[in-house]
Amino acid sequence: MTQQITNILLVGVGGQGILLASEILSEAAMLAGFDVKKSEIHGMSQRGGSVVSHVRYGQEVFSPIIPEGEGDILFGFELMETCRALPLIRSGGTVVANDLKISPPSVLMGQETYPAGLVERIRALFPDFLLVDGQKIAHDAGNVRAANTVLLGAVSRRLAIAEGFWMQALEKMVPPKALVVNKQAFLIGREL
Amino acid sequence: MKEILSGNEAIARGAFEAGCLVACGYPGTPSTEILENTLSYKEIDSSWAPNEKVALEVAIGASFGGGRALCTMKHVGVNVAADPLFTLAYTGVRGGLVLVVADDPEMHSSQNEQDSRNYARFAKVPMLEPADSQECKEFTRLAFQLSEQYDTPVMLRSSTRISHGKSIVRLGERVSDLPLPQLEKNPSKLVMLPGNARVRHPLVERRLSDLSEAGSSMAVNRLEMRDSSIGIITSGVCYQYVREVMPHASTLKLGLVHPLPQALIRAFAAQVDKLYVVEELDPFIETQVKALGIDVIGKEIISLCGELTPGRLRSAFGLPQPVEIPAEQLPGRPPNMCPGCPHRGVFFALNQLKAYVTGDIGCYTLGFMPPLSAMDTCVCMGASIGMATGVTKVVSAEERKKVVAVIGDSTFLHTGINGLMDMVYNNSPATVIILDNSITAMTGRQDNPASGFTLMDEPANAVQIPLLCKALGVKNIRVINPLDLAETRRVIAEEMERPEPSVIITNKPCVLIKREDVFEKGPVYAVDAERCTGCRACLKIGCPAIEWRPAGDGSRKGKAHIDPQLCTGCDVCRQLCTFDAIGSGK
Repeated sequence: MTQQITNILLVGVGGQGILLASEILSEAAMLAGFDVKKSEIHGMSQRGGSVVSHVRYGQEVFSPIIPEGEGDILFGFELMETCRALPLIRSGGTVVANDLKISPPSVLMGQETYPAGLVERIRALFPDFLLVDGQKIAHDAGNVRAANTVLLGAVSRRLAIAEGFWMQALEKMVPPKALVVNKQAFLIGREL
Repeated sequence: MKEILSGNEAIARGAFEAGCLVACGYPGTPSTEILENTLSYKEIDSSWAPNEKVALEVAIGASFGGGRALCTMKHVGVNVAADPLFTLAYTGVRGGLVLVVADDPEMHSSQNEQDSRNYARFAKVPMLEPADSQECKEFTRLAFQLSEQYDTPVMLRSSTRISHGKSIVRLGERVSDLPLPQLEKNPSKLVMLPGNARVRHPLVERRLSDLSEAGSSMAVNRLEMRDSSIGIITSGVCYQYVREVMPHASTLKLGLVHPLPQALIRAFAAQVDKLYVVEELDPFIETQVKALGIDVIGKEIISLCGELTPGRLRSAFGLPQPVEIPAEQLPGRPPNMCPGCPHRGVFFALNQLKAYVTGDIGCYTLGFMPPLSAMDTCVCMGASIGMATGVTKVVSAEERKKVVAVIGDSTFLHTGINGLMDMVYNNSPATVIILDNSITAMTGRQDNPASGFTLMDEPANAVQIPLLCKALGVKNIRVINPLDLAETRRVIAEEMERPEPSVIITNKPCVLIKREDVFEKGPVYAVDAERCTGCRACLKIGCPAIEWRPAGDGSRKGKAHIDPQLCTGCDVCRQLCTFDAIGSGK
């Protein structure tokens, strides 16, 4: 039963647009005919804290949170948060992350340093780790704010949801004036 | 028509479909979004009350007037609303009344993890507990129906994972055959004088026993026989974890968690070899099952603390766990006050003045975090002022001067006013700082009676907090600009010295307020690297826009840098820089 469920964990920092990305993902999965559940914590975490969103889809989904160690895909918006979430991902799972570092308060205040070698650590555990310079690609595509959509495109290629459903989901969730740029960013990401 | 809805969105939808006319509550994570969604249904009058007690009283009035009413709050809100709730159980309702309470096991955004199911039992009120968004909608509809059928308020219990979880919901239509509300006098039922209440109490008891009996054949209490060697009684999100982790176990899924369907529980227990209860927090179901004389395992294997997860449930039952990648030691990422937050200067001053700060519930509770580290107590909504009075009653005259209460505008209006009344009445020498940022910020910027707007975004009277304090009898009221560090520190120091009640009110709005005319972003600041000596003075306010950049030579040297994307131009860091290295570049 559990084997038929796809588990995607989205992680990053409050204010990065993680919830919107997980909404688009859930919508696309529903349009593709799957049962979908999604869970995240609001509240305190929105004040710049760590944010974790769980999306699960398949024939019938029970738990709204991904069982520990059963994540199939880790979708990281920030490197340290990606690293923090690795224990939730199964061995042989997939990691797609944005090449972005956001310093936590202790680093901003000079009490700690931002950990070095995170990319290497992730790659050692997940050899096909895909690191995406979302900001740069989105900037080249016309809008740096579409970085999340580039990443979402990259994740989408690793999921059994047809492109048309993704486009429908984008049309529903993205404001009309940003739609063209986001669709373009998504398709670039989908080739990564 | 199906949509992906959060539990909170689905509860709002359920209220709409049930023909609800009035929805009232006080913001509190994880319940807040319910009223922000009833708002989208024009048929429902949605409003924020100053606190949960008033919210429930408004709902009671709507019900007594003959309309269906929804009232929403977080678990600790029921403590505030308990007084009307317990007697409402005696009066019963006219229009259906549903009280939604959202619990927060694991305390993602709360000060305790009290289990609201105990309130249902204590107040003798039926309680439904949904397990996904579809059930949130259906159970809300059912709750209204049961409320009228059994003449009782009905509680609907959610939790963080249900309220903030999303799943697919099939939408329905709004009922249209409800009677029009009109005044109808029935004082022997609605005036709870002892003589009337004595008549009502036996009816309350009979109602519960009727519901317990009816519960055994209600569709929301679902007996699912699979492998009969293990039977699990469960409800809410725990049902989902049980199905996930032990797909072959038989389950009795309770939708009505109070009163329990005793006959159904006995029937289930008789059909399985080994019986368990899987529930978060208190042994609420377990204790009652044991009282029926049924052998059952529950809290022997499942923690009384925190929320359940699939992994924790596996551990409880000794099931194999997937091999986990070991967790790395990484710097934490706690929440922080926003760049430009007007609270920062006040807590910096309190830290410098070595005040003993009795705190309260809101964004400013983050004043506890380093480097501001200026909060010494935080118990519940509105408690800061009473606690300050109490502390000054026992410590020496010299220490009394150190005692300062901090409270936000919304929290002050919630339950802080009475504390201030007491402070004046009983002449406490403590100082109160009302951090008036014109919004209920922590729960996501909700309006309140001092913000000038209603939940439905209509212009409203804005309570004048200084005049209110004056009316309460406070003689020393100072309004300050918290972004002016010297003034803030001077005024707080002066009022701490004063041996009588005093109130300081800050007057800068939250940086997140959506209305464009409220918060004005100033020119962005930058650090002049030539002048910056790397003294780290600007780091003492913990602004997320200021970053320490090490020299990179292994020494402790470095310079400060301001992120132009995050800076709001509040000017606070400039005032801390004695080398004139920070400026707006104007």
